[in-house]
Amino acid sequence: MKSRTDRTEGFGTGVLMRIGAFGLALVCVSVVLLLAGVAPLDAFREIMGGAVGSWSDVGYVLRAWVPLLLAAVGLVVTFAAGLWNIGIEGQIMMGAVFATGAFRVMESQTLPPVMAVLLCVVAGIVGGVLWGALVGVLKTFGGVHEIFGGLGLNFVASALTLWLIFGPWKRPGVGSMSGTMPFPEQLWMSELVGMHVSPWALVLGLAGVLLVHLLLKNTHLGLRLKAVGANACAASRFGIPVSRQIMLAFMLCGALAGAAGALQVAAVYHRLIPSISSGYGYLGLLVAILAGYRALWCLPIALFFAAINVGSIQLPIVLQVDSSLGGVLQGLLVLFILMADGARRRWWAGRAA
Amino acid sequence: MSGDLITGLAGVLAATAPILFVVIGETIGERGGVINLSLNGLVILSAMVSFAVATTTGSLVAGFIAGMAVGALTGLLVAFCSITLRQSQVAIGFVLTLLCRDLAYFLGSRFMNMSGPTVQGVSIPGLEHIPIIGALFFQQDVVTWLSFVAIGLAWWWMFKTRPGLTLRAIGEQPVAAYARGARVNRLRYAYTIAGSSLVGFAGAAYSLSVKAGWRGTISGLDGIGWIALAIVVFGGWNPVRAALGAYLFGLLQWLGVVLQSCLPGVPSQVLQVAPFPLMILALLLVNIGNADWVEKTLVRLPPGAARGVRNLLRALRASPPAALSQPYETP
Repeated sequence: MKSRTDRTEGFGTGVLMRIGAFGLALVCVSVVLLLAGVAPLDAFREIMGGAVGSWSDVGYVLRAWVPLLLAAVGLVVTFAAGLWNIGIEGQIMMGAVFATGAFRVMESQTLPPVMAVLLCVVAGIVGGVLWGALVGVLKTFGGVHEIFGGLGLNFVASALTLWLIFGPWKRPGVGSMSGTMPFPEQLWMSELVGMHVSPWALVLGLAGVLLVHLLLKNTHLGLRLKAVGANACAASRFGIPVSRQIMLAFMLCGALAGAAGALQVAAVYHRLIPSISSGYGYLGLLVAILAGYRALWCLPIALFFAAINVGSIQLPIVLQVDSSLGGVLQGLLVLFILMADGARRRWWAGRAA
Repeated sequence: MSGDLITGLAGVLAATAPILFVVIGETIGERGGVINLSLNGLVILSAMVSFAVATTTGSLVAGFIAGMAVGALTGLLVAFCSITLRQSQVAIGFVLTLLCRDLAYFLGSRFMNMSGPTVQGVSIPGLEHIPIIGALFFQQDVVTWLSFVAIGLAWWWMFKTRPGLTLRAIGEQPVAAYARGARVNRLRYAYTIAGSSLVGFAGAAYSLSVKAGWRGTISGLDGIGWIALAIVVFGGWNPVRAALGAYLFGLLQWLGVVLQSCLPGVPSQVLQVAPFPLMILALLLVNIGNADWVEKTLVRLPPGAARGVRNLLRALRASPPAALSQPYETP
């Protein structure tokens, strides 16, 4: 976490080095592409075209943006409290599972569809909170580091999802990897004309960013969370109940992750599928790191990462290469920016001070 | 029946060999104070690269060397970013774990489902027919034997030699170690790279022996690195105890496979993830002795029972090297 002075001093070099890091990431990806026997420019053009080639593509990017954004800002909360909530992946999945459960109940009810969808999103949030609280309990009462508790619970959540899809919630006849039966169309979140993105999802995503931003900037709770993150021992001496802040941070992050999972079900897939989280939890960690753990910066970075994800979907069909190229680009980008920041603080900013 | 049991146990010893290298490599690095969180991706990437190299050159040795080189390079990157650039070791490791995995899946797609060379088992004449022991230990392949050697060697180096003492010192009290003449950051570089090379070796051991071949996302390697990290904690940063943890894990996995055939009612997904709740449980047992509320609860129990529980928790308790993931500034 950077202090305010650190951010302003050497701002110019900072921007230059970040641009340099971006260029270096592109060069490395080009080398990787050449190794795979693909012309780099073709691949980049394909990714760009796949992301912003048409209004419908832009809609897909926005649709992927929202859950990624919610995950990333959720992680900003846990990072503020000094916690590595790697378990967010499972929190998204449980959000999706709870939302699906609620949808299955709603199918046989006669509630107005808006009400029903809203209740399902709330159910998803509850699922995320519970799964996040579990990581918190393991950490505060069991001393299990949140990385291991979270990871273990991720695998459990993924097994639970698979079991539900092939067991109790299987399609009539036989379960399949394509997921549960889609819900009736009146229970789908409404979409903008010509774009496959729900305005309600966008509102929810932006509300999440604003909530986290204000929480950390303007509230006493935010201050306490940051105090725990900066120095848990000092915070405890100061009279801040540390375990309670840790639990709160995990539950808040779980709520946002659960909302992301619910949206994956309500606005994207309209059913539960095995890879319902789309890896947005792990990707959200990269976004939050790149954003310097600041909520507002998650907006553009998550948008860019969502564009890379959506843009690489077509790669296997057009260029016969694996779509994991997008992940390579994102990973290299974060790696080089982390290195550039470290180098700047070590060699450039240090000299000015 | 007892023959099946022996074959099963011999299989456990062989199947656990790669994860042993991962666990020992990480234990060495963490003892020096550097946590390398990239294990999960690194195992996948080194498995892919070793398989690709061994298949193209037809040489197993080249494959193993390539795997270790991938490990060493990743270790160098972790060390450079965390020691020289002072970035968070956890952040760097996490980024690398995702990057290595995606890189492996991207570059490996050309080598999918190809048949390549595999390490063959060797029997030692004379010893292989000793009842039980012969089948367990003397009909294995080279990788498995090396894994036995690695446990002993790592333990001896760490606890019985002068450099091993320095290794533990730079992870516990780098300031004191520096005062005694140890070049802390240089040694941390060396041990991180060495430990990481062992992880790369483990990747090669998977794709060239235990899970021979490369099958992309369904190679069954995703998750192993995380389990290994947990075993390092469970092992209390001691190679021998960590090895016991690894064998326990291998045994439970094998039991899972056996149970699967006995209990067709249990869905396969449930037993496949069984290691992960077990991992949480194991870490709970190791760490719970440090929690305040446990002592408060124990006081209320009858004294005999409380003493038993307390002794058990104390025996299981493990605490990490004091300077783990802390950067050290050379004065």
